[in-house]
Amino acid sequence: MSVTTKKSANRVIEDRLFAPIDKNKAELNTLVRPSVGFWKDAWRRLLKNKLAVSGLVVIIALTIMAIIGPMLTPYSYSDQTLSNQNMGPSREHWFGTDNLGRDMFTRTWYGARISLFIGFAAALIEFFIGVIYGGISGYKGGRADNIMMRIIDILYGLPYLLVVILLMVIMGPGLFTIIVALTLTGWIGMARIVRGQVLQLKTNEYVLASKVLGADTSRIIRKHLLPNTMGPVIVSMTLTVPGAIFAEAFLSFLGLGVSAPVASWGSMANDALGVLNTGYWWRLFFPAFFISLTMLAFNVFGDGLRDALDPKLRR
Amino acid sequence: MLKYILKRFLWMILTIWVIVTLTFFLMHAIPGDPLDMGDTGSSDAASANLAAYYNLDQPLGVQYVTYLKNVATFDFGPSMTSRSRDVNDMIESGFPASLQLGIASLVFSVISGVFLGVFAALRHNKMIDYITMIIAVIGISIPNFIQSMLFINYIAVNVDFFPIARWGTWQHVILPALALASGPMAIIARLTRSNMLEVLTQDYIRTAKAKGLTSFQIVVKHALRNALLPVVTIMGALTAAVLTGSFVIERIFSIPGIGQYFVNSISNRDYPMIMATTVIYSTILVVMMFIVDILYGLIDPRIKLHSKED
Repeated sequence: MSVTTKKSANRVIEDRLFAPIDKNKAELNTLVRPSVGFWKDAWRRLLKNKLAVSGLVVIIALTIMAIIGPMLTPYSYSDQTLSNQNMGPSREHWFGTDNLGRDMFTRTWYGARISLFIGFAAALIEFFIGVIYGGISGYKGGRADNIMMRIIDILYGLPYLLVVILLMVIMGPGLFTIIVALTLTGWIGMARIVRGQVLQLKTNEYVLASKVLGADTSRIIRKHLLPNTMGPVIVSMTLTVPGAIFAEAFLSFLGLGVSAPVASWGSMANDALGVLNTGYWWRLFFPAFFISLTMLAFNVFGDGLRDALDPKLRR
Repeated sequence: MLKYILKRFLWMILTIWVIVTLTFFLMHAIPGDPLDMGDTGSSDAASANLAAYYNLDQPLGVQYVTYLKNVATFDFGPSMTSRSRDVNDMIESGFPASLQLGIASLVFSVISGVFLGVFAALRHNKMIDYITMIIAVIGISIPNFIQSMLFINYIAVNVDFFPIARWGTWQHVILPALALASGPMAIIARLTRSNMLEVLTQDYIRTAKAKGLTSFQIVVKHALRNALLPVVTIMGALTAAVLTGSFVIERIFSIPGIGQYFVNSISNRDYPMIMATTVIYSTILVVMMFIVDILYGLIDPRIKLHSKED
């Protein structure tokens, strides 16, 4: 209804404007143009970006296959049939078998479960730590901010691979260790983004207005500051996922990731390293293809999301 | 300026100290005795001798102080796996190869990344632009270990274009450096392109054009300077990427560098070696970030180094 008052303010005041309005309020409401919020607008712009949409479709398809893929075959990821070693793709084994006669199709999608789980888990944990840390640091400012940022500087100097390896030695290898190790250094980027946004946003008038009206700190942070930082944060989350997936594949490739017989794209590629020159192309092709496809889909989708959420590009 | 550099330098030393300390206590928090021989029938005297050799018979505080002193003088003590060699020997023999590989890929990624980015921006929405972006997307999407496997199989083995599996001549550096550099190159190319596109619409570029400067002069003297600033800031992160990437690349290409020793030292639980590599890699990274910080201040006159930043 605020739309109508604004419009009439610009018009020349005529007598007919003072005529009594139609009492049917329900009808009045339907006449108002539906308001387009920030998120709806962003979503609409995202849908126009064909590349980003196809990235999203691929991500959804990969997720669905990760859930149902291993169930589509009668084999389990660790079933060994030694008479079926290194068989090419066929009707029995859609992606072929590996050197222990394990079904590659099952293993590939089982690996997808691990990769996507690590990707999403890392992104979510980093989101929570980063938003809380960055939010406090940015909002408090001054001395607290200074100390918190110095801590970040030190953590930033630690190469993540070394942290992972030290943790592996201490906690033993496994999925949990990988996620802990990745998030231990990974939340820094998120915290920096949130802090920068909050520093900028907290000087706005509406925050002052809220303070004047008696809102306490937690309300200002929750209701005013955090919702406005969500754009860059979501983009950063989308780009965290491929990073974490790459890190898992990288670690498994080095033999530091999930331990056998659990399948992971990285460990499958590592297994293929020895037979690269023997013509068993499917051993490398499937894990390599799906790692690359996943990374590509997330990167393209993240880029599209960044463009869609960028207020500078808003029309 | 000098005050800022000094401050940053002290901060860098502090960071390295924290990392060294963290590594030391983490390594000692690991359950189990690295010298535990099980039932091999070694005498108590032998165990005591070994403990004394590795300085493990001292209280933790004393060990820590000794360790700090040794690290300050770049002495990482004896290795636990090869009893005859010091960690220092192993690092000295591995460092040149790692350094060659690291520098080659950093230089390659920066030069080619900036070139690709600038050309893509100058020919915005034309063929070169699309090709560059496709290269960039490939560089980001295909992990470096898969790229190197493909390189080995299709370029080195099948076509016999470059030699692999040995180290020594410049030809050996090319393929691993390429695999290591493609990711950072893609990031630099994308960043340079988007910055160039933004800078090229600025008023001072129009002024430069109106003055009658050639487009080469405009790009090199006016546009590139501002477009490259963000690239400088991510150099620290890119160095980290190259460092971590080198572990796996060195393994695939059988390059006798520190990365190899490091990966082996993990599976062998060679604690002095793990600590030494951690300290070396972190130090390289921290020093690199220190240089980037200083460089950034020197390149961009808008940043007042002595101001409230710190």
